[in-house]
Amino acid sequence: MERDESWLIKVGLASCGVAAGGRKVYDALSTQLQDKGLDVKLKQTGCMGMCYNEVLVEVSSPQKGRTFYGRVTPEKVDRIVNEHLIGGKPVTEWTIPDREINSFLAKQKRIVLRNCGTIDPEAINDYLAADGYKAIDKVLRSMSPQEVISEVTNSGLRGRGGAGFPTGIKWGFARKSPERQKYIICNADEGDPGAFMDRSVLESDPHSVIEGMLIAGYAVGASEGYIYVRAEYPLAVQRLEVALAQARQAGFIGDSILGYDFDFDIKIRQGAGAFVCGEETALIMSIEGRRGMPRFRPPFPAQSGLWGKPTTINNVETLANVPWIIRHGAETYSNYGTEKSKGTKVFALAGKVARGGLIEVPMGITLREIVFDIGGGTSTGLEFKAIQIGGPSGGVIPASLADTPVDYESVTSTGAIMGSGGLIVMDESSCMIDIAKFFLDFTQAESCGKCTFCRVGTLRMLEVLQRITEGNGKEGDIELLEELARNVKRASLCGLGQTAPNPVLTTIKYFRDEYEAHIYEKKCPAKKCHALITFEIIPEKCPGCGLCAKYCPTEAISGEKKKPYVIDNEKCVRCGLCMKVCRLDAISVH
Amino acid sequence: MVIEANAREKPSFAVIDAIVHKHNIEPGAVIPVLQEIQDTYGYVPPVAIQRIADNMNVPVSEVFGIVTFYAQFRLQPLGKNLIKVCHGTACHLCGAEMVAERLAQVTGAKEGETSQDGRFTIERVACLGCCSLAPCVMVNGETHGRLTPEAVDKIVAQIRKQEVPVSVG
Repeated sequence: MERDESWLIKVGLASCGVAAGGRKVYDALSTQLQDKGLDVKLKQTGCMGMCYNEVLVEVSSPQKGRTFYGRVTPEKVDRIVNEHLIGGKPVTEWTIPDREINSFLAKQKRIVLRNCGTIDPEAINDYLAADGYKAIDKVLRSMSPQEVISEVTNSGLRGRGGAGFPTGIKWGFARKSPERQKYIICNADEGDPGAFMDRSVLESDPHSVIEGMLIAGYAVGASEGYIYVRAEYPLAVQRLEVALAQARQAGFIGDSILGYDFDFDIKIRQGAGAFVCGEETALIMSIEGRRGMPRFRPPFPAQSGLWGKPTTINNVETLANVPWIIRHGAETYSNYGTEKSKGTKVFALAGKVARGGLIEVPMGITLREIVFDIGGGTSTGLEFKAIQIGGPSGGVIPASLADTPVDYESVTSTGAIMGSGGLIVMDESSCMIDIAKFFLDFTQAESCGKCTFCRVGTLRMLEVLQRITEGNGKEGDIELLEELARNVKRASLCGLGQTAPNPVLTTIKYFRDEYEAHIYEKKCPAKKCHALITFEIIPEKCPGCGLCAKYCPTEAISGEKKKPYVIDNEKCVRCGLCMKVCRLDAISVH
Repeated sequence: MVIEANAREKPSFAVIDAIVHKHNIEPGAVIPVLQEIQDTYGYVPPVAIQRIADNMNVPVSEVFGIVTFYAQFRLQPLGKNLIKVCHGTACHLCGAEMVAERLAQVTGAKEGETSQDGRFTIERVACLGCCSLAPCVMVNGETHGRLTPEAVDKIVAQIRKQEVPVSVG
């Protein structure tokens, strides 16, 4: 046995890794190493970014560099230990090729995700070893609050929650208030379906967010902070609790931090499942223990926020940027990005993309580069059709505009918004009316009900979309949608209502022909809308195995074994289960 | 419908009061109190709403308003096993409806329902944040991804075999 290697094994254990079975892999590795008496360091880490390859295991040594294994199962552990750790030869059939890793990483720049997938999120020493808490030390030792605000302003950092308001200026507003009691709130109420940036950062590097809050607190003159995190993210909550306890013990949170005249404490509040609480005034209501309903602004939270006191609310990603900016300087940060959108942006890349995961790119990169160079194109082999950016508040950008650079202004000019970072890739099989309906269904249900247009207008819009997808669309429906959309946008108090029509408006703008096909020809070009399609078994391909009939929920499929089956269209509910389970592609859809 | 089999524990004033006192040291504690009540019982029992209101000196209507405003809170007891079906964007595109359909077939409970035998509660959730493993579900707190109809069958069969206790979230 070679003993000159000092191996280190890391297992990616953020929620995605755990969901894919990461804990079982970790346990299997741990047992094997113990049984074989190997002196190998095994540790957990957070999200490595390449979520499409979960469970990810990194095996490294100073001599032999790093090797990544993808889609590891407990059954694979045995060979990895025997052949790689003992034999010294990686099991190449399971490793992720360098070429793939390089193309996934080449166009990325990891600032927010600097520690994600490298450190153990539950070990403060790992964070400290990665220059953690050096920024707060520098701030307390050598900078005035005004200098901190100037530095952040000069960096060009803008709020990463979606709206893109300059962070330094926001801090300046709260700083100016003469009130003694002020608050910092970290908005971790990541409610957009299809977004998991904040979850990954909190699960992979919670201390960076805590350090960002400390710096914000010092800058605006606050002594208390809240992290408002979704209850749906139990692992993020747990790792935050661990991190807070460690930071408190190490003297980074509490009274006289690091011996300086600065007190700051942080509490966690769990959101109870209301999308609208991502809006800052609603979030404040929720922390105050009330229904999370937005209120009119002004007064802005910077003047009158939590319990009526000046409050600064920053998103997770915004705060995670701050320690890096302080350590490396505003100028280094502003070297990345475009003229008006500085730095990087984290995106959750998902949908019909070959390499989905958590990515961080410099502002100004094009959507095409993200989808093809980083994401590797579509996962289905079908043509790339559009990308949805910004979740329910955002819009759909068609493939023809794939060269749009990703910065606040360019994305807004398409009718979408940058949003918090959800990027959903869609291929030819994705119906644009279905996706518009999907998002509106969500915002309609999540409307708090305060503003009539948001409460009722979105419902009327949903009804129109519903009838279009059911084949009952009428002439004038598109115009009706556009009119309703304008009014909902104008007459809603908060961001939820003001942006809810965006998915509908952008799909009409870029895919009007698809709406027309549904309304006038009663056809769904993507073959998705149940009422407009039929399923059929291709007799030549059907071996008569009966699997489809077994899965059919309505007993619409019948036939004799070893002879082609048939679908009764009267009984068929177009759920598509048969097509999904058929191993021979013997079912077609028209 | 109240299902005998799921009643883990009868709500008691002593337990409710203890939870209220634990959180009531700071303002705005109604939500954390309700969250712990639900953690304890699997739902928010109506008797708890009245008791919290009395103890915390807030109108019953306000507590009830909070319970119905936030999606997290349930007024019905849970089945023995809780399956949350993700309907996030990625899952929607990759077949969440199909997963829900198959789950309804094999458990006998549609989304928002508890099965007749009290074994399964199926909930529809907005997004579990595991988009790159779409479509996915969370079974008793544990997420399962890359689902197919066959995988759904396996998960349910496994639960029936083990009858693991519910961990509530």
